[in-house]
Amino acid sequence: MKNTDERPPAARWKNKINQGALYSWPMGLWFIIFFIAPLIIITIYSFLRKGIYGGVEPQFSLRAYKQMCNPKYAILVLRTLRIALISTFITILLALPCGYAMARSKHQTILLFLVIIPFWTNSLIRIFAWMSILNNDGILNQILMGLHITHNYIQFLYNQGAVILVSVYMYLPYAILPIFTSIDKFDFSLLEAARDLGANKSQSMFRVLIPGIRSGIITAVIFTFIPVFGAYTVPLLVGGKDSYMLGNIIVDQVQKTRNWPLAAAFSMVITLVSVIGILWISRTNKKDAKLKSVSTKEENYITGGQR
Amino acid sequence: MKGSQVTINHVAKKFGDFTALDDINITIQPGEFFSLLGPSGCGKTTLLRIIAGFEFPDDGTVLFDDTNVIPLPPDKRHSNTVFQTYALFPHLTVYENVAFPLRLKKLDRKTIDEKVRYYVHLVQLDDHIAKKPNQLSGGQKQRVAIARALINEPKVLLLDEPLSALDAKLRANLLIDLDNLHDKIGITFIYVTHDQSEALSVSDRIAVMNAGHVLQIGTPSEIYESPSTQFVAQFIGETNLFEAQVVDCVPHESNGKPPDYMVTLSVPALGKQAPLASDTEATASLDRYMQVTDYVHTSKDQKVAFTIRPEKIRITKEPPETGGRTDINVFSGIVEEPVYSGFQSKFYVRLENGSLIKVFKQHTDYLDNGPIIQWKNKVYVSWSADDGYIVEDIEK
Repeated sequence: MKNTDERPPAARWKNKINQGALYSWPMGLWFIIFFIAPLIIITIYSFLRKGIYGGVEPQFSLRAYKQMCNPKYAILVLRTLRIALISTFITILLALPCGYAMARSKHQTILLFLVIIPFWTNSLIRIFAWMSILNNDGILNQILMGLHITHNYIQFLYNQGAVILVSVYMYLPYAILPIFTSIDKFDFSLLEAARDLGANKSQSMFRVLIPGIRSGIITAVIFTFIPVFGAYTVPLLVGGKDSYMLGNIIVDQVQKTRNWPLAAAFSMVITLVSVIGILWISRTNKKDAKLKSVSTKEENYITGGQR
Repeated sequence: MKGSQVTINHVAKKFGDFTALDDINITIQPGEFFSLLGPSGCGKTTLLRIIAGFEFPDDGTVLFDDTNVIPLPPDKRHSNTVFQTYALFPHLTVYENVAFPLRLKKLDRKTIDEKVRYYVHLVQLDDHIAKKPNQLSGGQKQRVAIARALINEPKVLLLDEPLSALDAKLRANLLIDLDNLHDKIGITFIYVTHDQSEALSVSDRIAVMNAGHVLQIGTPSEIYESPSTQFVAQFIGETNLFEAQVVDCVPHESNGKPPDYMVTLSVPALGKQAPLASDTEATASLDRYMQVTDYVHTSKDQKVAFTIRPEKIRITKEPPETGGRTDINVFSGIVEEPVYSGFQSKFYVRLENGSLIKVFKQHTDYLDNGPIIQWKNKVYVSWSADDGYIVEDIEK
């Protein structure tokens, strides 16, 4: 047992420096500068005292979190939650049949392409496009009045409905893609088995397909819920008084009220929600991967072990 | 439980230009273990999927007893399927998988529990009842699939190559289990396979299929011993097949028992016969034709296919002793390839005119007595007229 490592010296040298880790450093550096460091700064700011003319004073304080417990802010958090939940629910409801149709279609590449096309245009421009559709003298109202369905214009813009509609539009592709991927990987003989065993069409969908693509659905939920929960531009541009959300209050606290610790504290809430969501995804993905793994041990018939 | 009679009437199915099934007619008896056997792409799985209800035929009907099931969806038919890939629900345990059909029927908890435990016990998986499918081995998964298919108490069980994903030893054991299960519950089994040894060992009857047609329906021994076409002869087991021409066909002196005709064939591929041990110099120089007995009369000069199974050929180093019989066919040649495989040896013998013939010799004694036949040995191969078989007429 003197010399156990009989590999050539070059191989030993290679093993000492883990090459994978080496390659990942540029990415790691990027993350430290633009993600970890700002996050630490925000965390520290949220525990500091507010400066008189904006900024912070280097003094520990929990005031920002106490302020956040004010009922007027609680309503804001609940409203944000409500808008995010409704938008996510509608998005998933639309993405499920869409992903199913894509996965079963012969023209997958074209359909995938169509889903991705909106990303070619800047999101702000797409929001303005929606505004020109929903405006009081916008396309939708003109059509409705032109067909004499209504006589006066309908106020589509500047309310919660508009925020939800545009949010659904913005994040639908993000929901379709993971759902499509998981349906594409789904073993459709399971649906045949369910039908064969006495399930009708909807029973086989709800008892076999939906549990089978659970991880894709959860990914889609998180991909939609997190950005809507922290949305800023959409409620700012198409929302009204009833759709002032967390993202808006953070900006206002920074720019107008100049209460930086409070803004940082609200940011912490959004970050916390995102982290919980991402942990949920990785947990279900791990669980699902385990279900798909195949056990390799065969029963031993020769020695009669099983009988 | 009692099985249904399954009647397949004029079933046809096309996928685009490809004819998967062409006018299939089969009647499967109640409680029968019936196999659909054929190479991949022959239409056997399509036929099974039509019976199960996953596929609609372009034409024809499928009857379970007297009911046409074609208009019924899979969940309304009294048949259940065991899938090739098991198709167990990965998110459910063994118990929940087997309980799935009963929970759909909204039976009460106690009935479900009793039945699930009964069927799980039937396939000997009591110890694995709480496991998820990914924790089971291939053979165990297959048994869960069988229990799940049986719990609805179907009249017909459809098995789509259920053992093809398992290794050979396990397959042989599961096959015996399956046969015992069939004897126990007595419903109709329709078994799809491309493995002729599986089909031969468990089936009551077999339908051999190729290219969307049923070529022959019969018991395993009928299919093996009297194949109706060259394809069947070559697909089931191993055989030697030669083109031949009928020289003469006379009634056979066999005391009125079949086979009734003695056919004399000219088989150009086999060449000239070797002299028998009993031949004198004068008779040895005569041209002797191949002789074979047959059940039906064949007319003179007709072109036919002649088959002889390798295990029915005797192989000897000396001219064989025939004991005065003349209905023995003997050819001489050189051993080109001896293959020893434990219970038997296979010899590929090059005959004098250049054609190759397969001979299997069963090892019955410890180190078979007699001179050992080796590579490049000169040998005699011989078989009785009763052991050859005329497969089909090549030209009418």
